[in-house]
Amino acid sequence: MPAMLLREVGYARPATVDQAIELLAGHDGARALAGGQTLINVMKARAASPDVLVDLGGIPQLRGIELDPDGTLRIGPMTTYTDLISSAEARARPILGEVCAQIADVQVRNRGTIGGNVCSSDPTNHLPPLMVAVGGEMTIAGRDGERTVPAKDFFLGVYMTAVGPGELLTRISIPPGRHDGFASIPIGKDGTCIVNAAASANGGLRVALGCVGAVPEVVEPASPEPEAVAEAVRGANLDPPSDVHASGDYRRHLAEVVAARAVRQASERASG
Amino acid sequence: MEASVATLATIRVEINGTAYEREVEARRLLVHFIRDDLDLTGTHVGCDTGNCGACSVILDGTLVKSCMLLAVQADGASIETVEGLAQDEELTGLQQAFSDHHALQCGYCTPGMLMSATALLRENPRPTDEEIRRAIQGNICRCTGYWNIFEAIKAAAEA
Repeated sequence: MPAMLLREVGYARPATVDQAIELLAGHDGARALAGGQTLINVMKARAASPDVLVDLGGIPQLRGIELDPDGTLRIGPMTTYTDLISSAEARARPILGEVCAQIADVQVRNRGTIGGNVCSSDPTNHLPPLMVAVGGEMTIAGRDGERTVPAKDFFLGVYMTAVGPGELLTRISIPPGRHDGFASIPIGKDGTCIVNAAASANGGLRVALGCVGAVPEVVEPASPEPEAVAEAVRGANLDPPSDVHASGDYRRHLAEVVAARAVRQASERASG
Repeated sequence: MEASVATLATIRVEINGTAYEREVEARRLLVHFIRDDLDLTGTHVGCDTGNCGACSVILDGTLVKSCMLLAVQADGASIETVEGLAQDEELTGLQQAFSDHHALQCGYCTPGMLMSATALLRENPRPTDEEIRRAIQGNICRCTGYWNIFEAIKAAAEA
């Protein structure tokens, strides 16, 4: 008897965004399959059981990185972490490749995508707080056309984003800026984060904290001084979850620590 | 299989230079297709959760974990597995280095380790110690403590 981990599922591999949207909108229980480095695993555990998988791997226009003349990066959601790490264009915002290089391992980075990372909206993921801190914008397409949602409004809850049924994330836009930082306390090197923080010091100072709530928590410290950062984090009245890796109290403490580290990295780059 | 939905599909893949065409269920993982349908059992299933890397193969030149891909996603791909490394019973330099440095005890992780190290050395023939360690980060070994694996890869790189 061959091993069968997954429930029976329909599969389609569209060649265009329009076909993908028709498939997603036309089938109840349809889900987009990006790199599959989260979705395939949750399907094995049957924590997710989509009826139809719409594989985005055959749509060339969803993959790739373009640098606009004004310095804005336009990133296709099917762009892999490895693509972002090795892309010359992505170096326009160096923090992107730096953070992607901290995700999991070579094999996962070769398949996992920026779009999959943000659309899974797992509170322990690296990219949701990073997207919020750098002021990313998500373009979402559906039958009725396109709309653009700022990253801070994109993450709606655990595993929930502004991408509705029958819709597809088609582009992530990142404004120019080089003064960013990221810090985390992971479970083992490059492992799942217990707490993480992304900071941006391009103009104002913005910090987005991950793993401490359902969606990234934004704080805006009055100054990059560690005490000001810690005070801003305390002012957010975080209520992080407790689990086998860390108690809520400990996460609240770590949030101050990683926020200060991320801000230090960002402000060193701003002054250097 | 274009924009239509199906639970069964006919896929074509090339594995270690041999072309295969089979009908598979969409839910079938690539690793089970390789092992159970094609009887290429060199690729191992260690954890089935994407953590251990024993199922690592090289797909269109890229190292992946074959338990985190559906077989239908590999339609049209060219795949290398551990069986494709040695030519005419002659071990690759890396495989010989694993033997020389006793880089395996039970051997369960070895196919994945060899594929990860093969991918590394192709891309980066003279890796630093840190690059070697990071290259096998996605592969778990419960016997060796990794030291001899590290030494074998280093020796193969220096050869």
